[in-house]
Amino acid sequence: MRTQYDQADVHRLIDQLVSEISAAFLASSPLTIIGIRTRGETLAGRIASGLTDRGFSRIARGVLDITMYRDDLSEIGPRPLVRPTDIAVDINQKPLLLVDDVLFTGRSIRAALNALTDYGRPSVIRLAVLVDRGGRELPIQGDFVGMQTGDLSRDHRVNVRLSENDGRDEILVESKH
Amino acid sequence: MMLSIEQTNPMTTDAPIRWTRKHLLSLEELSADEIRFILDTADSFKEVSTRSIKKVPALRGKVLVNTFFEDSTRTRTSFALAAQRLSADVIDFSEKTSSVSKGETLVDTARNIEAMGVDIIVLRHPAAGAAQKLARNVQCSVVNAGDGAHEHPTQGLLDLYTIRERFGRIEGLTVAVVGDIANSRVARSNLWGLLKMGAKVIFVGPSTLCPRAFEQLGATVVHNFDDVIGQIDVINMLRVQFERIKSSQFPSVREFTSFFGLTWDRFQRCKKDVFIMHPGPMNRGIEIQSDIADGPQSGILKQVTNGLAVRMAVLYLVAGV
Repeated sequence: MRTQYDQADVHRLIDQLVSEISAAFLASSPLTIIGIRTRGETLAGRIASGLTDRGFSRIARGVLDITMYRDDLSEIGPRPLVRPTDIAVDINQKPLLLVDDVLFTGRSIRAALNALTDYGRPSVIRLAVLVDRGGRELPIQGDFVGMQTGDLSRDHRVNVRLSENDGRDEILVESKH
Repeated sequence: MMLSIEQTNPMTTDAPIRWTRKHLLSLEELSADEIRFILDTADSFKEVSTRSIKKVPALRGKVLVNTFFEDSTRTRTSFALAAQRLSADVIDFSEKTSSVSKGETLVDTARNIEAMGVDIIVLRHPAAGAAQKLARNVQCSVVNAGDGAHEHPTQGLLDLYTIRERFGRIEGLTVAVVGDIANSRVARSNLWGLLKMGAKVIFVGPSTLCPRAFEQLGATVVHNFDDVIGQIDVINMLRVQFERIKSSQFPSVREFTSFFGLTWDRFQRCKKDVFIMHPGPMNRGIEIQSDIADGPQSGILKQVTNGLAVRMAVLYLVAGV
């Protein structure tokens, strides 16, 4: 099985996310948008500019690397490179939108929530993802979801490619075999 | 080759390599890619120390023992704090209050410590090769915190990190390491690290303490500091080791300062953007003029700050293998 979504699909999904998000927050109030490295960061950038176009004027941005907070660190074997986290803004007492590309087990989001706790206490944290592929292992759900594939088995792979990182916009759902 | 290349898209910014070493014993054995991997990891850990909550859970549940058979303030403290910032538990072991004074061997001591469930042993020892020997005899990770005159790899790494931070690169720079080269593990770790990263290394010191033999390892050996003073980008002043100063190898303190000290007169003949480093502890007024050490071109305190990030990176990496 192989399903491909092209640039137009990706743009449409992001537009749809932006429109849902803009309806849920006040354009005149502060909003912190934090992307999870690597593609969550890119996606956060696109969402932020979409919100800016819709009159959001007090957006603060940040980037989160969750490696240090992963709960499988002792199992994954050789260490992947930890990339810097960059949250220079005060995240306390204002709404925060967490952005990632794919929502799967929920463990990345759990790690991200733990990391955010070390930076402050936002008034509310909401989660936006481009693709929800099911398969949750924790009670975590997206608040703004671009598309839902239904529960995909573990031998499926969901690759989100974004032009800033990969040269093109694309979502690829395929079997690993 | 210790690095495996993962399949990646060439357009992605994801680093393609993973760390695969269980121990950090020397810089001589590391590749340039591995050194770069540690420095990049340290970049990420440096950010942790700028937060109001300076702690991440990366090594939660791990135990580190600081095993120091020689005196040390900053290295020992730096390792302990690095481990604590990663949420590891830290035990301190010192020779003077231990069974080593009753004649226990290093390996037996280490195996006993390990039997308590230790994950990382940080070892400082007066014998060159002690860390290697230990690594062959225990199951846990071993990090060399200085073995005799052999190597002090985390010092070498933090020096590289500090240079890279200051210049944005290491390649192409000329770095002078000045003083008692022969007895210095810092000089050796500097040499290996700097050469691998593409810098030129000049060893400067009296012929008794800075033998020509180092040229075979790739250093330029110079006995007259003033000959090279104008071409150096980084000066790493080693500590005058008073414990050796009475030996016939060593000139008098005044003679040393006049020929090899970083004096105002010499400093003024340096490149305008010369960067001054010192591994500490400093002898102010002997190897380095006090106001140069405290001046704007000094990176000495940055070295200490960066040492923490570099040691966090090293502990994090070796604990994963």
